[in-house]
Amino acid sequence: MQRYLRHFRYVMGENPVTVFAFALFTFIIFLAAFGPWITPYDPVATNAANTLQPPSWEHLFGTDHLGRDVLSRVIAATRLDLGIAISAVALSFFVGSALGCSAGFWGGWTDRIVGRLSDTIMAFPLFVLAMGIVAALGNTVENIIYATAIINLPFYARVARAETSVRRNAGYVYAARLSGSGDVRILATQVFPNILPPMMVQISLNMGWAILNAAGLSFIGLGVRPPDAEWGIMVAEGANYIVSGEWWLTIFPGAALKLAVSCFNLLGDGLRDLVDPLRRT
Amino acid sequence: MKTTKLIQVGRRLAQALPSVFGVIVISFVLTRALPGDPAVYFAGDMADKDSIEQVRRALGLDRSWVEQFVIYVGNLANGDWGMSLSTGRPVTEELLNRLPASLELTLIGLGLAIAVAVPLGVMAATRQNSWVDHLCRLLVTAGVSLPTFFTGLLLVYVFYYLLGWSPSPLGRLDILYLPPPQVTGFYTIDSLFAGDRETFIASVVQLILPAATLALFALAPIARMTRAAMLGALASDFVRTARANGLSRRVVLSTYAFRNAALPVLTTLGMVFSFLLGANVLVERVFSWPGIGSFAIEALVASDYAAVQGFVLAMALLFVCVNLAIDIILTLTDPRVGLDD
Repeated sequence: MQRYLRHFRYVMGENPVTVFAFALFTFIIFLAAFGPWITPYDPVATNAANTLQPPSWEHLFGTDHLGRDVLSRVIAATRLDLGIAISAVALSFFVGSALGCSAGFWGGWTDRIVGRLSDTIMAFPLFVLAMGIVAALGNTVENIIYATAIINLPFYARVARAETSVRRNAGYVYAARLSGSGDVRILATQVFPNILPPMMVQISLNMGWAILNAAGLSFIGLGVRPPDAEWGIMVAEGANYIVSGEWWLTIFPGAALKLAVSCFNLLGDGLRDLVDPLRRT
Repeated sequence: MKTTKLIQVGRRLAQALPSVFGVIVISFVLTRALPGDPAVYFAGDMADKDSIEQVRRALGLDRSWVEQFVIYVGNLANGDWGMSLSTGRPVTEELLNRLPASLELTLIGLGLAIAVAVPLGVMAATRQNSWVDHLCRLLVTAGVSLPTFFTGLLLVYVFYYLLGWSPSPLGRLDILYLPPPQVTGFYTIDSLFAGDRETFIASVVQLILPAATLALFALAPIARMTRAAMLGALASDFVRTARANGLSRRVVLSTYAFRNAALPVLTTLGMVFSFLLGANVLVERVFSWPGIGSFAIEALVASDYAAVQGFVLAMALLFVCVNLAIDIILTLTDPRVGLDD
């Protein structure tokens, strides 16, 4: 543990960008957790007398076409966007590691079926597949989560499979088997904890993409319904006004989205350095 | 030698079949996963009981899953992808009409990205830690996390509203111009065929912003891969040998290093294309581009399921074809491919 911490501090010291990403990450989590209490205005309260106002001291990010405060909406959206991404990533992490672990551990038919399944999902342009899934299942936020989870499944299954098959014949697996553990028990208590570090990296790299994907889906009108605040739908609403110069409707939620995605990507790179110093770029 | 290559290409073709099959199975599942009764949806709003029954029988919904699947595949093979509820015309016709617009945009975007990213990656690899390398790293880091629709809107704001350099972001041609007579469906090429310089320029001007948006999106993975592959090739034994033998820097770079680095870059292009097909939908929405992406969004909003599923299937088949083409090119150009099997 001590060694790990020292390594952590070393990697952080090496790369100030990772420090920045960690700070930003904490800030985003803070906004998601306490967003509703720190928004200066009600994010869905309209005000017909005060529409399309440019940024001012009263409304730092301006107001939108219904007079709603853009800053409040950007803050309020953090929870929804992050919620969608975290649920989707958690779903594909659990299902993907279960599938990948069994494929890597048992091989044979299990491996073939899981491999074929992820190949088939990867044969689609993923965003397009997500559109099709949401269209088939129905246009709700839950289905956005399922669609995002399904298109991310292959990545987790592949990492889990590769990492498991390397460790299938490790000494500690034999030791556990000798002491009488069954396959499932070995997978859960011996193999799974050992493949967690590379899986965490995958999660962090994937998270940004999940946010981007969910925002893209709601940008084209799927999932999140107005008047709910969500970055993708805010950019979509602002799109009609940017040609006439009302930039703040689009730029602020778009920048928030971009920042969140960058944060997770940088964090993923940092985590990878932490976990696997050899793969540093 | 020639025949072994032919056999390898044949094997690649055969390897694509499971993908096609998987794509069709998923597409079939998606058409049957509709909430409620699919027959009611496909019959439309105006349908009475009899016509719903008729649709149910026509779709084979009263039979077993396997039979239904066989009927579905048969229909697909006959070009019967269902009717679009919102336009009342066959889905295949709608998709084929709009495909050139999307392809023109995607291909030009991809071409632009390759034209910028590959030289950038090569320069970054040959001059490590120079300003080119830093620029490359900056672009890669920034580009990975770019929401395409946001970049598109930013470009519109800067180049249309602030600078006034580009035309209004509405479709493929300004309303002042008539589309050129259709040959390929690509306005740029068709207008050249027709010898109409004005229309050509108008269509190019209209293309610049959306294509640049797509290119910005595709730039990052290509540049990253080129840089990594070039670094790998430059560190290899054969490049060291070539240098030791006194070959010029140019020959070492272009013949020895780049040719070897091009192969992994080509493989990444498949993945990039997949992302581009998704990003294309968003870009078409931003620029009101009348391609299949816009068609799919309209269909989604109108709950026109046959059209949406047709779009998903078409994109998937297109992507399988692109991957197949890349595989075949790799097989034909790389002597190492297939040596071990």
